[in-house]
Amino acid sequence: MQTRRETLKHSAIVAGLLATTGLFPQYAFAYNKTAFEAKSVADVLKALGAGAPVESKDVVIGGPDIAENGAVVPLTASTALPGVKHILLLVEKNPAALIALFNVTDSVDANFATRAKMGQSSDVYAVAIMNDGKALFAKKEVKVTLGGCGG
Amino acid sequence: MADPMRIRAKAEGNIATVRVLMSHEMESGQRKDSAGKLIAAWHINEVSATHNGKVILTADWGPAVSKNPFLQFNIKGAKAGDKVGVTWKDNKGDSRTDEATVS
Repeated sequence: MQTRRETLKHSAIVAGLLATTGLFPQYAFAYNKTAFEAKSVADVLKALGAGAPVESKDVVIGGPDIAENGAVVPLTASTALPGVKHILLLVEKNPAALIALFNVTDSVDANFATRAKMGQSSDVYAVAIMNDGKALFAKKEVKVTLGGCGG
Repeated sequence: MADPMRIRAKAEGNIATVRVLMSHEMESGQRKDSAGKLIAAWHINEVSATHNGKVILTADWGPAVSKNPFLQFNIKGAKAGDKVGVTWKDNKGDSRTDEATVS
């Protein structure tokens, strides 16, 4: 049986998809909602169709050792490897692990910096998904003294 | 309409470093208001960047990107005078595009 809650959730997903496709048809692929709702790092990679991640020295994650304010944690992800398709930033213990997904083209370096919210101290991951589907990652522990996701 | 973005693009050698500061609430959907009800998620979920009109970068973001998001990336083969454009779109369908010149 389908509960009302499920029905609402499904209609929200469909509405989201329609908005994405209707307004921005030039994007190569739609916003991957499954990946952004996945709870764990492994689930995110599965939703994106990437293989099992392998730790690699060629992928670099940057961030503070201790973040005083979990609402603004500066993170960087980069790699010098050729043939990168996506760069992902993930925080393992957030309600949803995936922070951001960058689609790399030949015209940009696979080197991004942004700021993330973190609910608690956690490992953060930078994952590079290569053109052949291989996933390489680097991780780093960030300690948070004040969470950024609670209210 | 949301506030404008601040975009700085600086060329060094063959590479331009672009720094973007967007103005957005980025509500995570995890917080509760004073009545204990969840505040609905409201965040940027698509970002794209152009170099002289050509799309060079697209990104998908979740609600865990911080408020008033910052983004930095490097464009290969850019020089002073080139145009860099950045567009974001949030999950309520609002969007904004701003452009800057590489210096």
